[in-house]
Amino acid sequence: MTTQMFGAPIRRKEDPRLVTGGGRYLDDLGNDALAAAFVRSPHAHARVVDIDASGAVDVEGVVAIYTHEDLPGAVGEPLPLLIPHPTLTHGRTGYALAKDEVNHVGEPVVMVVATDRYVAEDACQRIRVTYEQLPVVVGIEKARDGEALVHDDVPGNVAAHMTQEVGDVEAAMARAPHHLTLDLDIERSACTPMEGKGVYARWDAERDELRMYSSTQTSTGVRAAVAAKLGLPLQKVECIAPDVGGGFGVKIMHPWPEEVLVPWAARLIGQPVKWVEDRREHFISSAHERGQLQRVTVGFDDDGRVLALDVKFWHDNGAYTPYGIIVPIITSTQLLGPYKPGAYRCEFWSLYTNTVLVTPYRGAGRPQGCFAMERTMDSIADTLGLDRAEVRARNFILPEEMPYDHGLLFQDGRPLKYDSGDFPASLAKLKALVGWDDFAAYRAAAEAEGRKVGLGIGCYVEGTGVGPYEGGHIQIETSGRVNVSTGLTSQGQGHETVFAQIVAEELGVRLEDVHVTTGDTRRMPYAVGTFASRAAVMSGNAIALAARNVRAKALRIAADALEVSPDDLEIVDGTVRVKGAPTTSISLGTVSVLSNPLRYAFDEAARAATQFAGTFDPDKPPVADDDEPGLEGKDFYSPTQATFANGMHAAIVETDPVTAEIRILRYCVIHDCGTMINPMIVEGQVHGGVAQGVGGALYERMAYDESGQLLNASFMDFLMPYASEVPTVEADHLETPSPLNPLGIKGAGEAGCIPVSAVIASAIEDAEGFPITRMPISPSELWDLRRRHAGGEVPSLHRALHRALHRAPHRAPHPGLGRPTSPATPATTPRDGSTTTAAVTKETPA
Amino acid sequence: MTRIHVTVDGVAYSDEVEPRTLLVHYLRQSLGKTGTVVGCDTSNCGACTVHLDGVSVKSCNVLAVQADGHEVTTIEGLAEDGQLHPVQQAFHECHALQCGYCTPGMIMQACDVLKDNPDPTEAEIREGLEGNLCRCTGYHNIVKAVQQAAGQMRSASSGSGETADATEAAEVSA
Amino acid sequence: MIPASFDYVAPTTVDEALAALAEHGDDAKVLAGGQSLLPILRMRLNAPGVVVDLGRIPDLQGVCDDGDHIVIGAMTTYAAVLADDLVSTHASLLSKAVATVADPQIRHRGTLGGALVHADPAGDVGAPVLALGAELVVAGPGGQTRTVTADDFFEDLFTTAVGEGELLTQIRIPKHTGWGAHYEKFVRVSHQWSIVAVAATVRSEGGTIAEARVGLTNMGSTPLRAVSVENALVGQPATDEAIRAAVASVADGTNPPSDLNGDSDYRRHLATVLTRRAVLAAAGA
Repeated sequence: MTTQMFGAPIRRKEDPRLVTGGGRYLDDLGNDALAAAFVRSPHAHARVVDIDASGAVDVEGVVAIYTHEDLPGAVGEPLPLLIPHPTLTHGRTGYALAKDEVNHVGEPVVMVVATDRYVAEDACQRIRVTYEQLPVVVGIEKARDGEALVHDDVPGNVAAHMTQEVGDVEAAMARAPHHLTLDLDIERSACTPMEGKGVYARWDAERDELRMYSSTQTSTGVRAAVAAKLGLPLQKVECIAPDVGGGFGVKIMHPWPEEVLVPWAARLIGQPVKWVEDRREHFISSAHERGQLQRVTVGFDDDGRVLALDVKFWHDNGAYTPYGIIVPIITSTQLLGPYKPGAYRCEFWSLYTNTVLVTPYRGAGRPQGCFAMERTMDSIADTLGLDRAEVRARNFILPEEMPYDHGLLFQDGRPLKYDSGDFPASLAKLKALVGWDDFAAYRAAAEAEGRKVGLGIGCYVEGTGVGPYEGGHIQIETSGRVNVSTGLTSQGQGHETVFAQIVAEELGVRLEDVHVTTGDTRRMPYAVGTFASRAAVMSGNAIALAARNVRAKALRIAADALEVSPDDLEIVDGTVRVKGAPTTSISLGTVSVLSNPLRYAFDEAARAATQFAGTFDPDKPPVADDDEPGLEGKDFYSPTQATFANGMHAAIVETDPVTAEIRILRYCVIHDCGTMINPMIVEGQVHGGVAQGVGGALYERMAYDESGQLLNASFMDFLMPYASEVPTVEADHLETPSPLNPLGIKGAGEAGCIPVSAVIASAIEDAEGFPITRMPISPSELWDLRRRHAGGEVPSLHRALHRALHRAPHRAPHPGLGRPTSPATPATTPRDGSTTTAAVTKETPA
Repeated sequence: MTRIHVTVDGVAYSDEVEPRTLLVHYLRQSLGKTGTVVGCDTSNCGACTVHLDGVSVKSCNVLAVQADGHEVTTIEGLAEDGQLHPVQQAFHECHALQCGYCTPGMIMQACDVLKDNPDPTEAEIREGLEGNLCRCTGYHNIVKAVQQAAGQMRSASSGSGETADATEAAEVSA
Repeated sequence: MIPASFDYVAPTTVDEALAALAEHGDDAKVLAGGQSLLPILRMRLNAPGVVVDLGRIPDLQGVCDDGDHIVIGAMTTYAAVLADDLVSTHASLLSKAVATVADPQIRHRGTLGGALVHADPAGDVGAPVLALGAELVVAGPGGQTRTVTADDFFEDLFTTAVGEGELLTQIRIPKHTGWGAHYEKFVRVSHQWSIVAVAATVRSEGGTIAEARVGLTNMGSTPLRAVSVENALVGQPATDEAIRAAVASVADGTNPPSDLNGDSDYRRHLATVLTRRAVLAAAGA
């Protein structure tokens, strides 16, 4: 190899088209297609009494109007429950178009197909639906009390009730000298990719074939679901994920109602049909995540070691459970993070509410679990008067204890067994990066200026690369072009680049000769999808294995041609050559020619492979019994279990003593995802994850009112961080290879966002001196907490009282802790002395 | 229907449009310029940013009829003779994009920032991009890219002895 | 999210525009910069039969000097206001408030007059226009004009003194040359309507506040002027302590909204804090 490919920060192959407007997202396709639009329920819970479309049929350009009554066979039956689970005793799914009843605002009721979206929306506005409203269940408390029911036949609104226990929690708890109970609350947020969902379908009547495009995270999944719904042979359905403008989880759910209806309508009408989700639709008819109430009871010893951990939580799964209970299962298992919990029991209830359904959003239950565990660690430290990092370190699973089996079942039904990780090393790096041990001096200096600052920390472990499998296919053309395909999809992770890096490295070809296709069922019909930080692990390894197969075949053919042993050959820049005698060589393109015995010389290169072109053994067939024509190879990677990445974050936060404005001054990340294929891309994933985490911690909240209306269903009202809000992320990496896969890699996609709410809560609490138990948190909520704290309703932290009593003498802050130029810190804002709050840490200059 | 005359990426067009047609839909559906995308529908995300007579606007918040008689530059008109604009090049080099959906608008707005301020501070860049959402990158590399592009454009213009703004020049001749 | 169909009229003079409004009555909607109107039309919260676009009337654009006033055409964009030396010299409070409006793209399209007539109480131009004691020139059917003081202009939520068939044509601002000014805005993310903001402009004489004007954004159904605070500030030294005392009652009698960004108590608290900060900054303290 002339250039190291694997592990290098290679610039992305995707970029040239994307920076010039040459990307092809769903809505960029099918300019000739008819447009679909939907009448959606304005009510959270109602019976559909009557649908009157008479006012719409005459609108010029309307092609078809469909209600549930029009849907034949399986199209009209409930949508599939994708991931059944024994404890999901009351799984319920909706219909492609509502049948009789709607269970959340935004549920599709009528489909209109028209010449364009303008006309389709005009028609929608003229359709009158009469509803009879039913009692509405919004919020976990209301779901839990079970007085009103989302589904008549689901008592207590309980979709699933699950308990896992390791050890004897009751006994261990009884033996523990110290106990704490925490009640915690995390609100709903959502993926909100910049591009919403979209479906475009063409029916080929001459061939009885469907081609569909979807802005999806799983084209194979959509294909199979649509074939089943439409009663088509799988061979007659193709599904392609074009460029996808972000996913973050919401596009792994499938089939969305529109993914069934658009192909169905395209076939029925005999014309291409396209539906592109608008932003309001995305808010009210896609999916959300995060909402949980948690109760943690922990028993621990004098050193802060956890002896017993007993967690109960209530998970809001929205109106339906098509994606099963993956999210709460992940919360219940990944909550443990890098720690040994002693005896552990986790019991959860997954509850129906009349709100948009809940499916995984980046982190998928982990941010909630991390919040529970990390709030607990901080509370233990506070109770015992110990350093928060030290308490964590005392509970760490140590490197020599790897692999570490928690004795629980993970989301894939396989053991929760950590493969590798060096948590003490990660913590040491984090403490050095953020200046952990110098923070007391920094705080003292800040307090002397009338400023309130706090330091927060959060650690997590993330199961990545879950099965069942992914595949890779590689074919080398006679030109030397290397075609790589894998079935999972891309939403910005740079797969065209990182998979090309793997192939370039494994095969010894130039990066520019490698062309990667993802998410196209024509090219790779066997695949699962992009979720759970699995693409690099699953497809990366599958492609590496496939490349090794192709390499072996290339060497075998080249060895025959060059009359040397394969062991004496190497491949450099697409040429197979004899080690130490590089002029004795043959290009991979020529090897490809030789790999495919031909009858016809369609071009100059092909001539060499024709039957009279060379000598051959007349006793052997042109293609050996155990061989295939062509220089190509395929392989699959199917691990026995997930591989576990980890990370630790710390942040320094400043809260305005008067307005309660919250600013992140520094955000530090140590991230370990094993061996990195492309550190530039890994770092980009971490930055983006942290930004989403910051959104979840400080800004993003789905605000439903009691009637089930989403009050902030637009980017006007649903606040997301802009460039002016996201702090500069200081990131460093540890590379603890996974022993489980050939490349030693672990997933990285979700990592950045997992601990952010925990970290920010930890830092705010440290600044304020009272517990933070509910996220996200806004300035007004913090201000309200201060009032309640001043009024004695909210207790003080032990360490705040301790600090007030033993105020450290002022020292100059550590140079590394100098106030960085934070975008969230406008230099012009005047500072007020803190006078209006009764925070214990108050210390103001005269 | 109303007839409009618009110059887009240097080419003059004349079309009948419904008055309610949004500029972004005219660009995408009538002209096939799908490089400009729609993100939020409410003028909050900036994905649809184009230049109208040389200044950035959100094309999902402008009617096509309002552009009658005016010049529009889209992301597709930014590169010259197959050469990426310095901002496009810097986005590539700094890994300032992931899914790429916000990228056209982000680049067009970055060009606008640099037109008014060839040497912006980090804070000025962040303020200049405060109407553009990105859900993938966390903005860190976007800010870096704009800084890098600014440096390149300054040295290019001082190197060639031209005082004219490079962004402006690129747009006018596009 | 597509607007309902409408007819489109693009007059080139104020008289033509008034004639179009007279012809179509309440079926017509005036399009200024469109940065608020288009989202409203896209959400189909409003579906006018005719849209009258003022964007092609040159007389409505630009800033000029009129003796002791500056005159801003109603269709002058935020960006043009921001770039204008007359405004920054004689009404710097308005420049500072406009600089905080939304984002650059919106400031390129949105207009001062459009925002004033839209009269969103969380908008950033009402409070400074009020604080600066502006006069608003309104043209009516037949081309007659009348002048409304800013105090009388804002009537209620999204409601102003501009009646059916009328147009706001000019904003006349008394020169506040040499006055210090500051617009203190509290938001959670940059691209957000003000949760609360305070516009303050102050004339100081030797470290003492000689005159002060204070306007409040999003502290009620209209922008508000804090006259009692203005009076209390006169004669005060430009010190934190004195200003703190003078502005302490700024939120008295206000009725700010409670919403996802904070309840009315929090907004009252913010108003006090932000007023102090704004006045301090405006006084150069």
